[in-house]
Amino acid sequence: MGVMAIQGKISKISGPVVQADGVAGLEMHELTMVGEAELIGEVVRVEGETATIQVYEDTVGLKPGERVTGSGLPLAVELGPGLLMGIYDGIQRPLEVIQKMTGDFIKRGVKSPALSREAKWHFVPVAKKGSKVQGGAVLGTVQETPLFLHKIMVPPRLSGTVKSIAKEGDYLIEDTVAEIETSSGIEELKLYQRWPVREPRPYQERLEPSDPLITGQRIIDTFFPVAKGGAVAIPGGFGTGKTITSHQLAAWSDAEIIVYIGCGERGNEMTEVLLTFPEWKDPKSGRPLMERTVLIANTSNMPVSAREASIYTGVTIAEYFRDMGYNVAIMADSTSRWAEALREISGRLEEMPAEEGFPSYLSSRLGEFYERAGRVRTLNGEYGSVTLIGAVSPPGGDFSEPVTVHTKRFVRAFWALDSSLASQRHYPAINWLTSYSEYVDYVEHWWAPLTGGQWRQKTLRAMEILKREDELKEVIRLVGSEALPEPEKLVMETARLLREGFLQQNAYDPIDTYSSPEKQYKLLTSILAFHESANRAIAAGVPASKISSLPALAELAKLRMSVPSEKISIIDDFMSKLLKEIDALTEEKS
Amino acid sequence: MALPMEYNSIQRISGPLLFVEGISNVGFNELVEIRSEGGIMRRGRVLEITKDIAAVEIFEGTTGLSTTQTSVRFLGRPLTIPLSMEMLGRVFNGLGEPMDGGPPPFTEDYRDVNGLPMNPFSRDYPTQFIQTGVSAIDGMDTLVRGQKLPIFSGSGLPHNLLATQVARQATIPGEESSFAVVFAAMGIKHDEAAFFKRSFEESGALKSSAIFLNLADDPPVERLVTPRSALTFAEYLAFERDMHVLVIITDMTNYAEALREISAAREEVPSRKGYPGYMYSDFASIYERAGRIKGKKGSITQMPVLTMPNDDITHPIPDLTGYITEGQIVLDRDLHRRGIYPPINILPSLSRLMKDGIGKGKTREDHGAVASQLYSAYARSQDLRSLSAIIGEEGLTEKDRAYLKFGDAFEQRFLSQRFDENRDLEATMRLAWKMLSILPEAELTRIADHFVKQYYSRE
Ligand SMILES: Nc1ncnc2c1ncn2[C@@H]1O[C@H](COP(=O)(O)OP(=O)(O)OP(=O)(O)O)[C@@H](O)[C@H]1O
Ligand SMILES: [Mg+2]
Repeated sequence: MGVMAIQGKISKISGPVVQADGVAGLEMHELTMVGEAELIGEVVRVEGETATIQVYEDTVGLKPGERVTGSGLPLAVELGPGLLMGIYDGIQRPLEVIQKMTGDFIKRGVKSPALSREAKWHFVPVAKKGSKVQGGAVLGTVQETPLFLHKIMVPPRLSGTVKSIAKEGDYLIEDTVAEIETSSGIEELKLYQRWPVREPRPYQERLEPSDPLITGQRIIDTFFPVAKGGAVAIPGGFGTGKTITSHQLAAWSDAEIIVYIGCGERGNEMTEVLLTFPEWKDPKSGRPLMERTVLIANTSNMPVSAREASIYTGVTIAEYFRDMGYNVAIMADSTSRWAEALREISGRLEEMPAEEGFPSYLSSRLGEFYERAGRVRTLNGEYGSVTLIGAVSPPGGDFSEPVTVHTKRFVRAFWALDSSLASQRHYPAINWLTSYSEYVDYVEHWWAPLTGGQWRQKTLRAMEILKREDELKEVIRLVGSEALPEPEKLVMETARLLREGFLQQNAYDPIDTYSSPEKQYKLLTSILAFHESANRAIAAGVPASKISSLPALAELAKLRMSVPSEKISIIDDFMSKLLKEIDALTEEKS
Repeated sequence: MALPMEYNSIQRISGPLLFVEGISNVGFNELVEIRSEGGIMRRGRVLEITKDIAAVEIFEGTTGLSTTQTSVRFLGRPLTIPLSMEMLGRVFNGLGEPMDGGPPPFTEDYRDVNGLPMNPFSRDYPTQFIQTGVSAIDGMDTLVRGQKLPIFSGSGLPHNLLATQVARQATIPGEESSFAVVFAAMGIKHDEAAFFKRSFEESGALKSSAIFLNLADDPPVERLVTPRSALTFAEYLAFERDMHVLVIITDMTNYAEALREISAAREEVPSRKGYPGYMYSDFASIYERAGRIKGKKGSITQMPVLTMPNDDITHPIPDLTGYITEGQIVLDRDLHRRGIYPPINILPSLSRLMKDGIGKGKTREDHGAVASQLYSAYARSQDLRSLSAIIGEEGLTEKDRAYLKFGDAFEQRFLSQRFDENRDLEATMRLAWKMLSILPEAELTRIADHFVKQYYSRE
């Protein structure tokens, strides 16, 4: 800490926003202690001798005249072993530790370092004494959980020669594991480092997206994929499935690290994650999913300014893991609550409001946040990515409101949740007509070996049928379905199969909850194969009603739940029977 | 401790706000006592404070206050209410002061009405079925202990009747202890208040309940405190006295109006429809005070009631509520007009915690599948009802007509019940199967065959 901490006095208190006088020299985003209770705050405006501070805790009882002390450091997070399986509030206070300190309700003024000072980690050195290292270089590793190898890196912007490196063994987080001789002296490096949350961590180079983030969710992977390093929004009114979709992605997507941010949402939803993730197993390793997960919980009843900080805390942690060369996925539920926190603080600062009371910088802040997603070549020359998935909660489910509109400018995939689908209990209620993904071109090559290069063609064909269904629904509304020509009746039937047998996916069904890419493609092509064969039958004069009433069709719609991902050959057997039945109908006619 | 300083330096009064000059040593959100001409006492709290001016929000309103004849004392603590078991069986105003003529409850224990946020790590997930005795709720949108499940109503609909029915009937099957009911009423009419008091007294439920009343002609600012007083008491019962508490809060619409009024008086930048931008967080600070805590016996289940302005579910009050609560029970004007009580429209209704509170060992193994089948059959019957209005019933197939018949029976027999009719889960399930048996057996695609074999029976 600096020699002389800047100290001043509170001159005004308005909710979470406090003004301090006599604090010339306090810097923007500097961490400060506010009042006798030493509440944690961050400077958000400086004007001459006065600074405005947003306080991350309830300000009840705070009085003008109480002292305000600067720390000389910006709001930052601790990065090192112990992050995984942790649950933190918006400014990275460990909630489990806080519970031990203050009980079941969070009291004010509690302080605890984010990473345990008592836990020992088994460090295996990698760097050699005498070698030259730069920011990002790996000094050694710690097997943090059976699922995850934590790389201990030289902090960015530091370079020099390794003067000493610790031997393999167990160390505390604050033990020095390496000494680096730099141009300005010797730096002692510990098992952890700190990084300011509002500053993106540096990398060598930004790269185009290349591989899909496989989520095991059919409508996403097959129709509206997100690339590793991509940014996507999930907008939807209340109860449409933003949280369940985010949970599904946290559970099943093939990222090495998950950072889940409950930003201004329900406490019970964080409990659900805490209870279910340790039980759910990673499909590849069989290990509990919790072992690769970091939770940030700043629920709706926790202080609003810490909610504002929570998404930065989350994304900084994600970037740190990316810098080790991992693929990280981060879910922020909900970015609208973050935007509302921004609005509330802006109001207290008496800034000029723009649309619906949001500050005029809403859009640029959203842009800066989503820009922190990306696939990069790390400082150490490896490949890593941060994929960002942001839930949006538009008032009244109206997508023309400011947060949805501005978010759309910065994301390249948009999973539009639809209240009417949700009320039909069609889950996930992602509307296939209004959603889009610009990552399709980037990830097509990934699917080629699996699909004989047919992926694009098949998905387009299926989408064509679904679009046609939508047009025909209008016709049916006017004249009834009996009036449709036979081939169009079949289109309606196939579209139903696509909806019920492919697009719908029950998160609570043990088999359906995750679909491997192979199973996804198999289900899709099976429904399309049915369509082509049924089309031939109809051309031969078989009535569509006869095809619709084949008992096997009901089963086709249920394959998603009855066939596990590792047994998809069952689908082939089933299909050859179904297609034979249809061929028999055709032959009868001709 | 020295008596707090008294100030007479009122700078101005605006709406429910009073600005006091020349103050010192005053804390944010502190409780304030205001004495006006004739010694009338009011209370308020500090909303904003600078070196020498405090903005004070007056719970009882500012009518009759002047800048010259008013004196103000800052009490150095936030608004608290007393807590004791003696409060059960009593009626209070929104600030927790007795309104039933009885003495103030004896206690040493005072607690800040704003409470503290529950640590998410401390929460325990709600999984226990609460039997309300109302088929539409138990069968279709099951309430779970520790859940917050609001009633979305409209003006003139029987939400109060339903809320009292639930309060009276709610039990956990197989457990002796029933619920303590904490009732918070904001801005309700005198006859409504009388109705609540009477029905609590008649059912004998009053001795295990506490009522916090703010009437329509009481000051709006007190409405902001009423649910917080009630929840502070509920937290005491649940987490210090091991009780299961059902908190009924009515009507959140009146609460939101009061919030808007004060926001306007403070000249804040409004968000949608003039409501303040922080209404979501403010609502959350009430609704999130439901739940369970690991290692504690008690629980808080919330059933807030709100009336949707113009029956519009996208209005900010129901909208922001729906974003926080764990589902909603939606009342329907059309069902009400047709004389169906309770007029619950199951289609937009949802209990998000139902899946964890039902099934084998909790309710019945077929419960989930039956609810899902009833839901889809009723949705279909509603579609067919509008179709047959266009093309006539003759244009429908026999199967379609079975669905129409099902729809009518579902409304008349399953949904409908008397205000004093308490159906246990078995009765609800029996009725559900009766309804499903109106449909051809082959239609029951969402239910496993062995259940169909066991329960399906054509009359
Ligand atoms: N894939 C799914 N499978 C099964 N049920 C689902 C699925 N998605 C959503 N649901 C159902 O929808 C309900 C609401 O979903 P969820 O909580 O994710 O909504 P939300 O959009 O996050 O709402 P809010 O904005 O209020 O937080 C769930 O409780 C569940 O019943
Ligand atoms: Mg949600």
